[in-house]
Amino acid sequence: METVFSLNHVYKTYHNEGKDFPALSDVSLEIKEGEIFGIIGMSGAGKSTLVRTLNRLEKVSKGEVLFYGKDLAKLKAAELRKVRHSISMIFQGFNLLMQRTVIENVEQPLRIMKVPRKKRKEIAREMLAIVGLSEKENVYPARLSGGQRQRVAIARALASDPKVLLCDEATSALDPKITGEILELLSKINRERKLTIVIITHEMSVVEKICDKVAIIDEGQLVEIGDVKEVFRNPISAAAKKLVFPSNPFDASTKNGRLIRIAFDGTRASEPFIANLVEQTGLKVNILSANTKSVGGIGYGQMVLELPEEPEKQKIITDFFIDGGLTVTEVERDEEEEEENE
Amino acid sequence: MSDYIIKTIQSGVLETLQMTFFSALFSYLIGLPLGVLLYATSKGKLLQNKGVNTTVGLLVNLLRSLPFLILLVLLIPFTRFVVGTSIGTKASIVPLTVGAVPIVARMVESSLLEVQPGIIEAATAMGASPFHILVHFIIPEVMPSLLQGAAINVAHRTSVRILPLPERCIVGDGGTSGPYGHDHSGSRKSDREKEEKNVSI
Repeated sequence: METVFSLNHVYKTYHNEGKDFPALSDVSLEIKEGEIFGIIGMSGAGKSTLVRTLNRLEKVSKGEVLFYGKDLAKLKAAELRKVRHSISMIFQGFNLLMQRTVIENVEQPLRIMKVPRKKRKEIAREMLAIVGLSEKENVYPARLSGGQRQRVAIARALASDPKVLLCDEATSALDPKITGEILELLSKINRERKLTIVIITHEMSVVEKICDKVAIIDEGQLVEIGDVKEVFRNPISAAAKKLVFPSNPFDASTKNGRLIRIAFDGTRASEPFIANLVEQTGLKVNILSANTKSVGGIGYGQMVLELPEEPEKQKIITDFFIDGGLTVTEVERDEEEEEENE
Repeated sequence: MSDYIIKTIQSGVLETLQMTFFSALFSYLIGLPLGVLLYATSKGKLLQNKGVNTTVGLLVNLLRSLPFLILLVLLIPFTRFVVGTSIGTKASIVPLTVGAVPIVARMVESSLLEVQPGIIEAATAMGASPFHILVHFIIPEVMPSLLQGAAINVAHRTSVRILPLPERCIVGDGGTSGPYGHDHSGSRKSDREKEEKNVSI
């Protein structure tokens, strides 16, 4: 698979009132053709800046951003404009022209590319059909719902027949049901048109639903990157853990109680392992929290358990889970408290 | 009402409309591009250019802060150069236009500033040139605001014409007679004489 974007040690620093604000520091990653690549992070983590370096809406301070091997920073204005025809973008705020009808909005990128009028209409209609808004052709965006506006924006983004679609918090302004519909549409476009999609979001559920790979950004740094399934099963960085495991308002019932987190994937989900544990060892654990989610069609689950106080019993239990193929991690008290404080 | 009054009102209204229309037209022909220039060259905008922005801004501010009456007198040589005379309907269009241009420019500029930054970002991401962004994205998007500004401007222009302000009398025919070149005696004085009157005031 060809590499679409390749970022090498990218830094971005903003200068404001004589002070430097580092937005990105030493970010290196690769995005391959046909992938749905998620970039996730808390607000202010630098993910919006990161996606804007991909089409040079933001110039990098150091490092390079290669698009199919071409360094974006070295392109002349006219060349850059041409490259931008193959990198479309959709936004949280949709950014449609309110004084233009739906079809005129979709025609905009084609107008920039100087496509003749008749051809423009033709392509625009085709794009509107893809997003399922053919009957809204002559309506003004003001009369559309948020989900429909984002669909128009997607149609507009597809009109120039891009190689990549950048989505900057594209679903953050939409409710969960509409978000699901938009994500499904994006996933369909990815399959049918072999379009590479880069998704910026702060919602783990978005990544869960459609992304193949995920990069986690925290305070301008890339803290974790990998297959979504891998990151979900075994998040390593603190930022990833925070995103994957929602914080739970629990505490051990006794002071010395030890908490562990067990994580399992779809293949294990059908086994009644807690029951097995009790049956085989006679030891009891206290389930403090549990949840499951579906990632790429496979169920993932995690449980936080409180173990008995005796160290030898704890060992038997953890060994039982590890032998069973489950991932066992310690839940540190401090970590939990921290989360609660937040 | 005597025939004379009716005639005077008729011709006065007609001339008022002429002055309003042409001064508005010309002031927008010049003011609109000037406003776009002010907007586009300002800091952080498409064609950021401090030199151009400061120069044009200064010129506009100077013109705008000049009282109309003074502008009118200052412009007499220029008016004469452009239309060949400094009195009458045609002549009044020149100072009216010059007086309106800076106001139009600033109004256009503030209208353009209303555009959502996201629109410009989206257009840039599509690979549009700064000129294309201005013509096909920003201007259509702020059109309602531009038209509103224009409506206020033209209305203001008309009111300046209709209200019996002394400046109008000067524009008209020297201040002692009826509107726009008809005096009480009904006989037209020569332009030369009127100009002398003009200056004496």
